[in-house]
Amino acid sequence: MTRPVLQISGLTVAFQIGRQTVEAVSQVDLEIAPGQTVALVGESGSGKTTTASTVNRLLPENGRITAGRILIDGRDIAHLPESEMIQLRGAGIGLVPQDPMSNLNPLMRIGQQIGEALEVHGLSHGSETDRKVIELLEMVGIPEPVRRARQYPHEFSGGMRQRALIAMGLACRPRLLIADEPTSALDVTVQRRILDQLGQLTAELGTAVLLITHDLPLAAERADRIVVMHQGRVVEQGPSQDILRRPQHEYTKQLLQAAPSLSSQRRRRSVESTERPTDPQPTDPAPAAATALVEVEGLTKVYPLRLAQPGQPTSFTAVDAVSFTIPAGRTVSLVGESGSGKSTTANMILGLEEISAGAVRFAGLDLASAKPAQLFAMRRRVQPVFQDPFASLDPRRSVAQSIAEPLRVHRVLDSAGRRRRVSELLDDVALPASFADRLPHELSGGQRQRVAIARALALEPDLVVLDEAVSALDVLVQAQILELLADLQSRLSLSYLFISHDLAVVRLVSDLVHVMRQGQIVESGSPDDLFDSPQHPYTQELLAAIPGAGLI
Amino acid sequence: MSALDSTGAPVQSVQPRRRAGRDAWRMLRRSPTGLAGLVLVGAIVLLCLASASGLLPHDPLAQEAAQRMSPPSAEHWFGTDRFGRDVFARVAAGVANSARIALVAVAFSTIAGTIGGIVAGYLRGAPDAAVSGITNVLFAFPPLLLALTLASVFARTWFTIAVAIAIVYTPIFIRVTRGPVLTLREIDFVRAARATGQSSAAIMARHILPNIASIVIVQVTLSLSWAVLTEASLSFLGLGTPPPAPSLGSMVYEARTLVALAPWTMVFPGLVMVVLVVGLNLLGDGVRDALDPQSRGKR
Repeated sequence: MTRPVLQISGLTVAFQIGRQTVEAVSQVDLEIAPGQTVALVGESGSGKTTTASTVNRLLPENGRITAGRILIDGRDIAHLPESEMIQLRGAGIGLVPQDPMSNLNPLMRIGQQIGEALEVHGLSHGSETDRKVIELLEMVGIPEPVRRARQYPHEFSGGMRQRALIAMGLACRPRLLIADEPTSALDVTVQRRILDQLGQLTAELGTAVLLITHDLPLAAERADRIVVMHQGRVVEQGPSQDILRRPQHEYTKQLLQAAPSLSSQRRRRSVESTERPTDPQPTDPAPAAATALVEVEGLTKVYPLRLAQPGQPTSFTAVDAVSFTIPAGRTVSLVGESGSGKSTTANMILGLEEISAGAVRFAGLDLASAKPAQLFAMRRRVQPVFQDPFASLDPRRSVAQSIAEPLRVHRVLDSAGRRRRVSELLDDVALPASFADRLPHELSGGQRQRVAIARALALEPDLVVLDEAVSALDVLVQAQILELLADLQSRLSLSYLFISHDLAVVRLVSDLVHVMRQGQIVESGSPDDLFDSPQHPYTQELLAAIPGAGLI
Repeated sequence: MSALDSTGAPVQSVQPRRRAGRDAWRMLRRSPTGLAGLVLVGAIVLLCLASASGLLPHDPLAQEAAQRMSPPSAEHWFGTDRFGRDVFARVAAGVANSARIALVAVAFSTIAGTIGGIVAGYLRGAPDAAVSGITNVLFAFPPLLLALTLASVFARTWFTIAVAIAIVYTPIFIRVTRGPVLTLREIDFVRAARATGQSSAAIMARHILPNIASIVIVQVTLSLSWAVLTEASLSFLGLGTPPPAPSLGSMVYEARTLVALAPWTMVFPGLVMVVLVVGLNLLGDGVRDALDPQSRGKR
């Protein structure tokens, strides 16, 4: 057998935090053969990114290798002088970073940035560089490479920027390419195109790839081998198919189970099945029969564009004549890619954005013409849960203060009563009552999201607007939160407006799904109809782009 | 480090909730710069208090013709000036005057500027346009010119000087707070509060102000040192604290012809001013480090 490009054995990395030494990675063994793609899979904090930056020897200042070896083409990088390491980075090891938005210098032309890697490593100079840059851009599938090379990052979309970063990573034809969550920030359809391109290129060039991802189905689809990490250790590794079909370790099994896939059925049929919650027989929700809690009619949001050039449009229609209803006790989902207008729709229903045209009627009350007092009363019945668990709680207020805030604003209960209600709510979201006095920074992401849900439930609303409420969570935590939401819905007969870009999750929770694209609803239907026989080409494209769709 | 989030499992070692304020205080005492600043500023504050409560052996205004321009001695620690006044007593009284003006000026600009910045940043629209317009106009006035104008219109008292300095520093507080507020108003917890029906005033007081407090506190310590310097420059030009009350700036001005004969009359007021300004700057750095949540993590 040929010598592996990357060989990691017994790698242990520790961070010095204050006087403590914390082991982030311990006893990791890993090999990548030339031309092979190995995926490193794990949740946030599992040590996968630390492992990757150790390979590049780009650990933060307070981290160091305490045991083990990293061999690249047989050379131990732990003992290479920094000057040789610089030679190796870029030329020997390419890197495609996670966030395409922050990894390009906004003041440099794209072409220059790609050319820099070539010139730094002395692979070309002058006009030869320009020629190679254009070749590279062409290779990663950027149309009109000559014109594009002269543009700045802000003129590129997210997907285009990621292509440019891939071109940069591959510029020096490295032996090994480290791709750290290369598509996590992108929409699924873009993700698929980028990963196709990456796979094709690395196959042509014979580059070994270390793909870092939190998404097990994606890893299975794209990698030859999968290495599963959990709390700094490798818990399981093997060929992708084996891991997927015959997971050995308990943690891998959990990950596979928690990963929502299109084949999974609706987690809970809401109102009808509350008497028999264990009934596995899916009864059709028949949403038309239920009374409408919210009616959205021809809802439109137009933003004026301030710096419009002459001859260009002076306004931008974010939401374009959207109509749907939310029946009481049901979950209605809006699904679409970024920029499809789904969050803007939610904000108008929440009263956070002005309505440009059309109407939102909440239990018969038209929001646009409602008096302030009526609006204030309406807000009691509609509560939001937002995406980012780290932004949704005031860092200076305790859990109890955050949860009790809606009660305080609406002058519900006295302070002793609020205290009681807070512990009830904490209990509802399965957090111990002792959390009441904690500050948000003492909680994990999942726990914070539970607190945000408790806050939303404090006033016993009829409708909870869940704007990407589980998108930022690791799969296991996501599964727990989805279960909690389903349970709360059946106990409190809540209605949900569920906003997500993740079709698999949407299928899991919805009674009715609306697919949005460029401000319009292009297709609506029950999840089963929509996902089993999509009619609109855009829905079909979205579904096909879900990683691992055909694998499980 | 984070652990798996399960229903009840504690994420980290369970510890009782600590007050952020006490935390910051401990950080401040541990940082060498913060501690040095605290000691320097503390020494000056003691000097001011001693002077204000009449504990010093000499009167800053009393003239002793026989003792004119005598060098530092056991009797007169910093020597005497050309009227035979005790320089130490005058420095103490002068720094107390400067400190009072600086404190009042910065207090005023902190309150006005922070409220202005929060209102402009949170409400946007017309209030923002108005506040930002006023800010830009105020930035156009050089502090000395403004003080000169005010001093010629109103009686020249320490309070007029304080108001002049306050007007000059208010726009800085508006600038410093408005930016972070623009970011905060879009953050989910603020949007959640809006969706709950909380009024704008309540959101600004309960959610915005506490979250920019650390920025304001750092700005206060830095502005204090600038205000001390501004007051000194005004006094140096004869526009500051009215004589015969001593001020560090006017002492340096009076001493300029005597540098060769009695250097102590210039050196000591200058030195005390440097100590105060350096102390305030070090304290500002220390406070910033102590309040920065990122550095607080790395204990």
